[in-house]
Amino acid sequence: MTPRPAALPWGPMARMTGRRLLAAVPVLAVVTFGVFALAAASPFDPARAYAGTAGLGARQDVLDQLSDNLGADRPFAARWWDWLLSALTGDLGRSPTLRQPVADVIGERLGWSVLLCGVAFAVAVTAGTALGVLTARRPGRPLDRAVTALAYTLEAAPPFWLGLLAVWFFAVHLGVLPAGGLTDTGSDTVTAGQVASHLVLPAAVLAFTQLPWFVLYVRQGVGDALREDPVRGARARGLSERTVLLGHALRSGLLPVLTLVGSRVPELITGALLVETVFSWPGIASATVEAATKADFPLLAALTVLATAAVLAGNLLSDLLYGLADPRVGFDG
Amino acid sequence: MADTTWRTRASGTRPVRTAAGATVLAAVVLAAVLVPWLAPVDDQAVDLGAKLLPPTWAHPFGTDEVGRDLLLRTAHGLRVSLLAGVVAALAATVVGTTVGGLAGALGGWTDRLVMRGVDLFSSVPHLLFGIVVVALLRPGTGPVIASVALTHWVSTARIVRAELLSLRTRPYVDAAISGGATRLRVAVRHLLPAVLPQAGLAAVLMVPHAIWHESALSFLGLGLPAHAASLGTMVNSARGSLLAGQWWPTLFPGLFIIVPTLAVAALAAAWRERLDPRGRPEPAL
Repeated sequence: MTPRPAALPWGPMARMTGRRLLAAVPVLAVVTFGVFALAAASPFDPARAYAGTAGLGARQDVLDQLSDNLGADRPFAARWWDWLLSALTGDLGRSPTLRQPVADVIGERLGWSVLLCGVAFAVAVTAGTALGVLTARRPGRPLDRAVTALAYTLEAAPPFWLGLLAVWFFAVHLGVLPAGGLTDTGSDTVTAGQVASHLVLPAAVLAFTQLPWFVLYVRQGVGDALREDPVRGARARGLSERTVLLGHALRSGLLPVLTLVGSRVPELITGALLVETVFSWPGIASATVEAATKADFPLLAALTVLATAAVLAGNLLSDLLYGLADPRVGFDG
Repeated sequence: MADTTWRTRASGTRPVRTAAGATVLAAVVLAAVLVPWLAPVDDQAVDLGAKLLPPTWAHPFGTDEVGRDLLLRTAHGLRVSLLAGVVAALAATVVGTTVGGLAGALGGWTDRLVMRGVDLFSSVPHLLFGIVVVALLRPGTGPVIASVALTHWVSTARIVRAELLSLRTRPYVDAAISGGATRLRVAVRHLLPAVLPQAGLAAVLMVPHAIWHESALSFLGLGLPAHAASLGTMVNSARGSLLAGQWWPTLFPGLFIIVPTLAVAALAAAWRERLDPRGRPEPAL
């Protein structure tokens, strides 16, 4: 008879989620406060930024009137409070460079970023686990050394540089994949086939930048598990190498890695910022870079909050999984 | 079985890795210092007759879109990147040691407040934080160094604080306090010397990270100005020629971001193994 799986501890998990949500409120508030304080210390003029190119030749009294309307001369703490209150009602302001409400920008672009990051992350987890198991089986052998050296090199390589070399090789030299964007130039409609072919290169590069971490940690985890008693016991019982490796070593070696997956969100965001820019992928990360180069403050503030929220959610996921995997840890954090 | 190969291989390669790491690092630093000094070519000189030549013996790295030798430009860029990385890492170490030191030495409310702040800083992705800082303070050398320093002090603060917490329970610190030494004297004579090596190692390990961040910001057009081209700026300005099929202006500056990182990582791994021979090699760079 197979043992019935124990019921998940929903109550403690829900309480932990609730506590983290409460703790996230001051964190997000302080992060936005910091962004507003930086903007107040910066030489950039909200009225000129709002007016855009039209502000270049504008008379000073017109600009003063505009800055009065925007409330730019009030202390930044007051502007921060107003922004916070309207953000709670769902109004994140208007992006002056994209001439669009910030909420619409996020709504249009978030999906593309989630698609890119999700595919890349899935590829990195799968390939990383496979390579990690292969290298942990025979540590010190040529395969292990080659993969480990490659992983360290990949980890040191800047993602934008890898992306550009991939563009050169696959798009320019071989001409087999598009160099960037979401659809072919001149095409207005977004079809699944076009998106798929445009997704291959950016997703592969983003996956490559995340791969070293998975390979090295799975290699470590499985390698350690292979030298522990359960594996020795399984070998002594005469189980096949395959069963020992996949049934015993991988299971115990992979657990600590999977529980840390949520804490990879900051690295994923960092990679997305660079990869989306290289491939002109119309996601939220490339919008952040554009907002930064054009000092588009409302957009930048909202996207910073969004990224921070994603990191906190990743940490929560990580801690929930950790508590599930190791009951001694519990859900008290 | 697997045990023995794992150990002997690891310890067998340590001297080799140390020597290789040290040699490569020395060569990189020497190149960054000496080449711009020995070959003070005008970085702005333009030779349109020799633009975008592929690598040859005359120009081992080829030439860029206005005919400048890429080997020389990469050495110049390496110097800019190394300098920015070292200054940013030093600044981050000073901030981190101060903050971690205050938290660890004072304890109580200061400690709790500082650790909340550390958590707060860790919840914003570093590169995003850097982008926001540079975007609002305008791109330039100062803001780039400030943004890298502001995002990298957190790990040093954690290390210093943890070290201080363990030091405070040591007998010799107790002895100094019962002997009537003032707080300041204990901090300067006993705590600081014990913490500095840790902070120093963290600073050395931080330099490649700082270079990475500086080059990423420069690549995004938010970093160092074109007249002080860093490796990242060079990769950014090579994008146009890359799409026309010329790979060398992109390849070589990027390689020189990787090489110092790997050299420092090899040295650090060897150093950790020496401190703790039974410990396993750290997977993280």
